[in-house]
Amino acid sequence: MDHIISVIVENKFGVLSRVAGLFSGRGFNIESLSVAPTLDPSMSMMTIVTTGDDRIIEQIVKQLNKLIDVIKVVDLNESEFVERETALIKVHTKPEDRAEALRLADIFRARVVDSTPTTYTIEITGDTNKIEAIINLLQPLGIKELARTGRVAIAREPVRPAATQPKRVAKE
Amino acid sequence: MKLTGAEIFLECLKREGVNTLFALPGGVVLKIFDILHQQKDVNVVLTRHEQGAGHMAEGYAKATGKAGVCLVTSGPGMTNVITALADAYMDSVPLVCFSGQVPTSLIGNDAFQEADNIGLSRPCTKYNFLVKDVNDLAVTIKEAFYVATTGRPGPVLVDIPKDVSMNKADFKYPGSVSIRGYNPTYDGNKWQIKQAAEAIMKARKPILYAGGGVIFSGASEELLELAELTHIPVDMTLMALGAFPGEHPLSMGMLGMHGTYWANMAMHYSDLVIAVGARFDDRVTGKVSEFCPQAKVIHIDIDPTSIRKNVNVDIPIVGDCKSVLRELVQVLRATVNGDQKDLRRPWLDQIREWQRAHPLAYEQDPNGAIKPQHLIKRVYELTKDRDPIVATDVGQHQMWSAQYFKLAKPNRWLTSGGLGTMGFGFPAAMGAQAAFPGKLVLCIAGDGSFQMNTQELATAVVSKLPVKVFIVNNRFHGMVRQWQDLFYEGRYASSYLDKTPDFVKLADAYGAVGLRASKVSEVDDVIREAMAVDKPVLIDVPVYQYENCYPMIPAGGCNHEMILTDPPELKKQQPAGAKVAGEDKDTVLTA
Ligand SMILES: Cc1cc2nc3c(=O)[nH]c(=O)nc-3n(C[C@H](O)[C@H](O)[C@H](O)COP(=O)(O)OP(=O)(O)OC[C@H]3O[C@@H](n4cnc5c(N)ncnc54)[C@H](O)[C@@H]3O)c2cc1C
Ligand SMILES: Cc1ncc(C[n+]2csc(CCOP(=O)(O)OP(=O)(O)O)c2C)c(N)n1
Ligand SMILES: [Mg+2]
Repeated sequence: MDHIISVIVENKFGVLSRVAGLFSGRGFNIESLSVAPTLDPSMSMMTIVTTGDDRIIEQIVKQLNKLIDVIKVVDLNESEFVERETALIKVHTKPEDRAEALRLADIFRARVVDSTPTTYTIEITGDTNKIEAIINLLQPLGIKELARTGRVAIAREPVRPAATQPKRVAKE
Repeated sequence: MKLTGAEIFLECLKREGVNTLFALPGGVVLKIFDILHQQKDVNVVLTRHEQGAGHMAEGYAKATGKAGVCLVTSGPGMTNVITALADAYMDSVPLVCFSGQVPTSLIGNDAFQEADNIGLSRPCTKYNFLVKDVNDLAVTIKEAFYVATTGRPGPVLVDIPKDVSMNKADFKYPGSVSIRGYNPTYDGNKWQIKQAAEAIMKARKPILYAGGGVIFSGASEELLELAELTHIPVDMTLMALGAFPGEHPLSMGMLGMHGTYWANMAMHYSDLVIAVGARFDDRVTGKVSEFCPQAKVIHIDIDPTSIRKNVNVDIPIVGDCKSVLRELVQVLRATVNGDQKDLRRPWLDQIREWQRAHPLAYEQDPNGAIKPQHLIKRVYELTKDRDPIVATDVGQHQMWSAQYFKLAKPNRWLTSGGLGTMGFGFPAAMGAQAAFPGKLVLCIAGDGSFQMNTQELATAVVSKLPVKVFIVNNRFHGMVRQWQDLFYEGRYASSYLDKTPDFVKLADAYGAVGLRASKVSEVDDVIREAMAVDKPVLIDVPVYQYENCYPMIPAGGCNHEMILTDPPELKKQQPAGAKVAGEDKDTVLTA
């Protein structure tokens, strides 16, 4: 099963190669990896999608934690999380297919972000299933180019029953 | 006052208490060498090859428990030291290696002698730093020593571009550093420790499996206390030799591929394995699926990645051996009542029976050749009163040394375990000698291994490092030949070492002392003679060429299925040009 691991790292040069080197050196898979700054400019967040049995995932998490430039590792699969990916799909459209392309974009709530007489570029955001689905449906029309961001994810905030919500006690 | 980067470098070494630096110069580090040349606080040992510098720093570190330090130039200096970094990484040796780099303005331009030192060393260091600004130099060096010596120790590289060593900055050495992504755990989880104590109280056939971590952590006393309190026998890995007194009745010696019969049987049939600072290497576990089938496993290790990497663990305890063992002993003291010895008797009797059935043994050669085991055993027996430090190279001689040297104390055993680096022993011995000038430092070398760092004879002579190197000269890559005997029907592909030099003459050529024992009767004398010389001594001992090292668990085999002697079908086969053992013993290689 896919595992999504979110990793907070120092925002320094060379950190990406340490993480990538760890995966290649130890024979772990990387399905996708995305890196972007966090609110604190001294840190970046990597979202890594990987595969492996429990033992391997445990090693991956531990090995990541062991890297000195890694500040925090969260295995998102341990709780509920939301994941999203964005894809930009350039579809080559014959005149008779243009309406179909638009219809599909509409069904998936995707947007057309660029258009020429022979192409549409469609932007879609969603979970992997959704992205795979639209790609499959657009394929017969002719996909010219495809750019995907890789997945990013965030844990769902646990919703506690009202009674157990921590009370804010005013300082006396 | 502003100091140059080179001066800051020196000041930092002094603050870190570094008294010896193993080094070899080159263009981009000349400024640093120039400063080193004008001071007396740090002794610079000029080596003849950067690999030598790296292994010397390792030997220094293993013997002292402090970080070993070396300095190399850019490009080829860096690539030459890589083997030592990889070795230190595998064996968790604290090392700080400084490398020169081309000026910052030229980095990435394929400048003369440029190499990507950070990229090259990334997979074989615990961490590495490129210093881009002289203002960062002092804090970087502080961090480098901190990372190398804390948690699970390891090598750290600091790459210093030429301009950084020339530029000036205010010098201020930080009193302490903290790195937010690096916080090793020292104290074990109390609840887990309690669980461990309960498991120990319940076990009937427990075994302590001590590893190199006991030595790094300085936990020998605590280990002894635990073993004696609970009467649990102690198996040691190759890296742990000396962590527990080798002649103690509870010492089982080394376990694993070439471990003792009883150490391996005890492990296999135990009902509780207490791993302390050991990493379940494949040379120890053999076939993982059949490793200790009846045992529960307690694993104490400072590095969480070591736990459950190779085998399943029932009670993991992340922490420093010393602190965890201390706590564990305390918990056990409250529960143990005097009857542990009786409780343990059946188990210890069983182990003693295994020991009686298959003790370490060898036969003298009917033709009078010296058996390698005999040499090693005699070196041990004749030197042990002097509490020597012993380094080894890699091969059969290393395994026999591990079997026969029953070291009493930690930090006396210098060997390359994880990487198995031939050529490690001689420079490592020199590094230890540099740390302890008055101490007896031995190296048990292979004829093959020794030839990988022979050039350091010059360093030994010039820097007055009077190590005693015994060359177990079988004119073979003996360990390779053994595998060829057992698994390749005796076809000795590239394992025969034709034209081995005359080591006595070689020692002489370098200004060291060369000795040789050619008969069994000369062995004791040559050992005594060597010990009496206050100079580096190379002792060539031609030994029986075809001896194989047993017990042996074939790679991937089960721990209770050991090969104990040469199989009967083994036909001794002679490579072209080789002389039969015994025949060539007087004339070997000198004729
Ligand atoms: C030819 C050859 C044959 C070999 N045959 C054998 C053999 O028969 N038997 C054998 O045992 N080995 C053998 N080896 C060595 C083997 O390859 C491994 O190097 C060795 O088994 C590892 O020892 P170790 O488990 O003690 O781990 P080490 O490499 O010493 O690792 C130490 C462990 O302790 C941990 N640690 C470090 N510091 C601390 C601390 N302060 N507190 C707690 N934990 C800490 C580390 O995280 C690590 O997990 C052989 C090597 C060669 C070259
Ligand atoms: C640098 C290096 N190259 C190759 C090997 C593989 N190897 C392991 S043992 C060995 C033979 C060692 O020969 P020697 O030093 O003479 O020791 P002996 O086994 O004969 O005692 C070899 C080639 C190694 N361990 N290290
Ligand atoms: Mg040999």
